[in-house]
Amino acid sequence: MISFVLIILTGFFFSGIIIRTKSITSGRKGPGIFQPMKDVIRLFKKAAVYSKTTSFIFQIAPSIYFASVIMAIMIIPLGEYKGIISFEGDFVFFAYVLGVGRFFIIISALDTGSSFEGMGASREALFSMFAEPAFFILMGSLALLTGHTSFHEIFASLHFGSYISYILGVLATFVLIMITMIENSRMPIDDPKTHLELTMIHEVMILDNSGLDLGMILHATNLKFAMYGALIANLFMGNFPLYLTIPIFFGMQIFFAIVVGLLESFTARFRMNHNAQYILALSSVSLLIFLGVLLMLGKFS
Amino acid sequence: MGMITGILLPIVTAISLANVKWKGITTVLTVIAIACFSSILAIGPLTGTDFEYIYNGSLITGKIALRMDALSGLFILIINFTFLTGAFYGFQYMKAHRNQKANLSIHCISFVLLHISLVSICSLQNSIVFLTAWEVMALSSFMLIIFEHAKRDTLNAGINFLIQSHVCIMFLMLGFIWIALKTNSYDFKAITVYSSSNSLLAGFALFFCFFIGFAIKAGFVPFHTWLPYAHPAAPSHVSGVMSGVIIKIGIYGILRMLLLIKTDYLVTGYVILFISIITGIYGVMLAIIQHNLKRLLAYHSIENIGIIGIGIGLGCIGIEKENNVLTFLGFAGAMLHTLNHSLFKSLLFYGAGNVYQATHTMDIEKLGGIGKQMSHTAFLFLIASLAICGLPPFNGFVSEFLVYNGMFTGLHSFDKALLSWLVCGLFGLALIGGLAMFCFTKAFGLVFLGTPRHHFHDTPKEAGIGKLIPMYAVVLLIISIGLFPKIFITALSKPVALFTHNAGNKLPAANIPAGEALSMIGLCAAVFFLLAGLIYLVRKKLILNKPVDYNKTWGCGYTGSQEKMQYTASSFVRAYRKLAEPLLSIRKKKKEIKEVFPMDGIQETHPYDKVEEWLIDYPLQLLKGFFNRFTFLQNGNLQFYILYGVVFISLVLGVPFLADYIKSLIGFLNKL
Repeated sequence: MISFVLIILTGFFFSGIIIRTKSITSGRKGPGIFQPMKDVIRLFKKAAVYSKTTSFIFQIAPSIYFASVIMAIMIIPLGEYKGIISFEGDFVFFAYVLGVGRFFIIISALDTGSSFEGMGASREALFSMFAEPAFFILMGSLALLTGHTSFHEIFASLHFGSYISYILGVLATFVLIMITMIENSRMPIDDPKTHLELTMIHEVMILDNSGLDLGMILHATNLKFAMYGALIANLFMGNFPLYLTIPIFFGMQIFFAIVVGLLESFTARFRMNHNAQYILALSSVSLLIFLGVLLMLGKFS
Repeated sequence: MGMITGILLPIVTAISLANVKWKGITTVLTVIAIACFSSILAIGPLTGTDFEYIYNGSLITGKIALRMDALSGLFILIINFTFLTGAFYGFQYMKAHRNQKANLSIHCISFVLLHISLVSICSLQNSIVFLTAWEVMALSSFMLIIFEHAKRDTLNAGINFLIQSHVCIMFLMLGFIWIALKTNSYDFKAITVYSSSNSLLAGFALFFCFFIGFAIKAGFVPFHTWLPYAHPAAPSHVSGVMSGVIIKIGIYGILRMLLLIKTDYLVTGYVILFISIITGIYGVMLAIIQHNLKRLLAYHSIENIGIIGIGIGLGCIGIEKENNVLTFLGFAGAMLHTLNHSLFKSLLFYGAGNVYQATHTMDIEKLGGIGKQMSHTAFLFLIASLAICGLPPFNGFVSEFLVYNGMFTGLHSFDKALLSWLVCGLFGLALIGGLAMFCFTKAFGLVFLGTPRHHFHDTPKEAGIGKLIPMYAVVLLIISIGLFPKIFITALSKPVALFTHNAGNKLPAANIPAGEALSMIGLCAAVFFLLAGLIYLVRKKLILNKPVDYNKTWGCGYTGSQEKMQYTASSFVRAYRKLAEPLLSIRKKKKEIKEVFPMDGIQETHPYDKVEEWLIDYPLQLLKGFFNRFTFLQNGNLQFYILYGVVFISLVLGVPFLADYIKSLIGFLNKL
């Protein structure tokens, strides 16, 4: 429960920090960190324009997308405190429930019959599909390491002791950050600030959404960021008491947001047609983690 | 035998004599009767009381054992449900063909025969009668496939199916003859006796003889090549039934043989796991690039067979490792996925059937935007697509979850070989999930959404209520498995227990592994449903008082007609195709646009199957090349043909004579 509240709270300012970091690195002052949230609220108040081509899918998709993200957030634990939902193999549910949201956002893009949105739909489907194996192998390795198969138990019993485990922690963080970037369509996979539809992924899928729907989609992205940030924070939390974990949580989230901001400021987007290879290569990093776990468990002796 | 003929004959005459309307009604009634009768028989075994009846049989067959255990019960129930929906749907679907009276009679009779043969395959345990039933199944499905035999493609597909079915029967026959030779018995029990009294290697070879036979039916790669032809060619209810249950009879066969043959389950498990991962990934990889909706679905069946196979493989490994949890999760996942796939795949084919009858095409490039005219079909197709991608809150997720759970359970066994396999399995299953999503966003999004890509003579109309009711019945079951997975897993515990008992140590009946997780999944599914509904309602409430405007899709300043500007099926998969090109075989025809005032440009892609290319076409080509050397014999001259006849007759007469002569000569020489 506590993690759910914390993630929802983080969702309010996460994107703001990214934008602020980006402004500062580019020498501007930039908006306040609650600006993205204000934008969302402004959108909530607006009326909407719908395309004549669209059907019921376009109406229900944003709601289901938002619901899927909320559902996924419920699963995330905080250190030794369980998420609202916790059971053996809950991360399978986590990955698949996010899949439902993605499915709907993809078909709602196709629903508009636009020449651009199909492009975004195709890319989103392709790239997210390649990120899936990396996530499952990562979780498999952690399950093997700790002997548990739920987020809560894995994170509660994850201890860093030896040198290898630190390397594993770094690699796992790397994989999770990359998955976050893919899931949220940010640099270096996608450039959210691009003005050319041909180079967009996520942005081009939601061109026709407006008003409340657009607000929900945008806020779902904020929440998704906070959710993955919480996952990364969990890697380092262990079983500290609550008065330590909450500061660690916020510290990690802010740090993560700044890292994302810096990453977006100083890297260029991958070449679009090579994106898929880069993402699939992520699975090999996951595999490396798996081998590291085997090494730690003394499987090679 | 007399009994069966006694029942069959009146039905066959009734169907062939009745007028067109009553043909269908008789078929539906017969299917209902068979389904009721066999379901009543099947429920007993499924709840734990096995059924056995030894029929005296004839001199040739010996005693015919009619045995039903929990496994048969499960498969009979799955078959019955799919046949019921298939019969109801087919009754409406075939209304379009009421002018072909004779053809329709054969179709109806074949449908009934197919149902009877499938039920008998699940219950008969005498190899000769089993093979007979198998042959009846093959022939009746052949008749069903070639309903539209005026089309050349349909006939080709039918013949392809017929040949491959018989290759399958050949392997099965080989296995049964082997057993009959060694034990002099046709009863299935002889298989167990033989395999437990002989070396592991013999059992292994025997199992793989049967495995290949059943794998052809089930569609494991590389034995799948008949499947993508047969499914699109058949009428939709037949494709639904074929994909739903006929290919599952192969799975039944494999499971049955696993129960009967005592062999080294570890190696067997690894082999099945390996083939299944390949099958799953290859099936969906090819499904994505198909532009014929039914062909896409057919390739997708191959993928699902792969997932079922992964479950079976894990279960086998669990048996040998004496890890009952792994065995349970593996087999339960496989069996539940068998049930699930029979539901959503038949639903998808029925949906495709509705689309076909409304538009008379299956080409995804020509379809588009028909969701508006056919909102029920679109909704049903959407549910089935979500379910087949294994997404919660539907049934596909439950079975995939069990298989995933099995893999994570296996991780704790700390075995190097197993671990590396499991990582491959995880990679494979996750990739399959992602690819399936890619495939079905394409299938659903491009067929039902957007603007029409082609102007049909008649605007597509929604299918009649008669077609929709059986489809909604399937959806009901899909959702209930998604919401109450534990009830269904408990129902599956008896068939699965056959395998866990095999391992020796029993599993406490009340304690289902991952039971808690399963009830949580059901709960989460319900919560997700409610949450999405709630958010949607809140959204509706919020926008209620706001002015809503409807306008054109944003075209980046382009205001002309947008239908030609839409993303097409080819462009949707282009990035993927470029990536997967080395693994696939795609024939391309391209004429690029050049010069300032371009005349025309075309681009065609024809997806083909690399396995088929190497395994079927290449050997055939070699064979043809070899036989072509003898074409000089067939020169068209009557004189020559008479000469061949004369040569043949003289050889037939002369060779024995010559042999005798040489023999006596040798005898004479010996005497000297």
